[in-house]
Amino acid sequence: MANADHSDHIGHAPAHHRSSLASYFAVFMTLMILTVVTVWVSRIDLGAFNTIVAMAIAILKATVVILWFMHVIHSPRLTWIVVISSFIWLAMMFVLFYADYLTRGWPLS
Amino acid sequence: MSDVTLHHGAEHAAEPHKHAHHHPFLQHHFEDLGQQHEASTLGMWFFVAQEILFFGGAFCAYFIYRGMYHDAWKLGSHHQDWKIGAANTVVLILSSLTMALAVWGAQGAKRKFTALMLILTLILGGIFVGVKGYEYSVHIDHGLFPGAQTYTNVEATPELTQQVQLFMTFYFTMTGLHALHMIIGAGLLLWFIKRTWRGDFGPEYYGPVEIMGLYWHFVDIVWIFLFPLLYLV
Repeated sequence: MANADHSDHIGHAPAHHRSSLASYFAVFMTLMILTVVTVWVSRIDLGAFNTIVAMAIAILKATVVILWFMHVIHSPRLTWIVVISSFIWLAMMFVLFYADYLTRGWPLS
Repeated sequence: MSDVTLHHGAEHAAEPHKHAHHHPFLQHHFEDLGQQHEASTLGMWFFVAQEILFFGGAFCAYFIYRGMYHDAWKLGSHHQDWKIGAANTVVLILSSLTMALAVWGAQGAKRKFTALMLILTLILGGIFVGVKGYEYSVHIDHGLFPGAQTYTNVEATPELTQQVQLFMTFYFTMTGLHALHMIIGAGLLLWFIKRTWRGDFGPEYYGPVEIMGLYWHFVDIVWIFLFPLLYLV
């Protein structure tokens, strides 16, 4: 958010941030390493934690893509609100679905 | 007549009429390119937000059934070749890098570099969809296409067989929707390559390339989740 101050007002000066090439390659390498970790960790039996670890890594990868490839880190606060609220809506969908499935006798077997 | 003159005067007295020399791609309802850029990027993010919920519904259903039929999910994912899936993940992340570099090129008025990066993105996307098509043909040969009812496993009970078929239904639905997004993205890339070559984009006006990137990276993110959920259960 350090760079958000100059782009908080909508319109007027374009103030477009241009990321360095090095940062894009660093993001790419991070995603490659995390892909290797995803495969590696899936071969270790952690029981129910395998799913949790796999999703934690996927969320980390998605966050890296959103912040740097999708430039949200240099975007105005309004963009941050839309991005964060979209995941709040997603969380609401999961919570409400699970509230039903976990409390109403499912699975039927 | 006087009414019209008054109205015109009131509208434009505050700010001088700039239509004569504005940027060719500045829409008249925006003050300047900066405002246009932020409005269009924000609009794209609203679209991405609904796409997150669209795919989110499928993911939610996937997790609910995974909780119910964990053995079948494990068995079903063993029918996937994780090496192909991992290779395709690398291809797709590489295409996200070239897409990001295309935006970088457009910001720096590097017309040929931008076009090259968009072409590379298109090629990598094509490889991904091609590999996916190969995987589909293998699954269909093995009778894993939902509804074919030819899937047999000596160790599996009839219930387990049905549940593996359900896993494969999720597999084809989710990767199919993802591949459809890839194909739409490839069509958009063709149009962007043409526009880039024509010289439409530059440091002042690269918003459309940025928006193309948001779409492409979003599709990449969907695959980042699909890979461990379908290949590595």
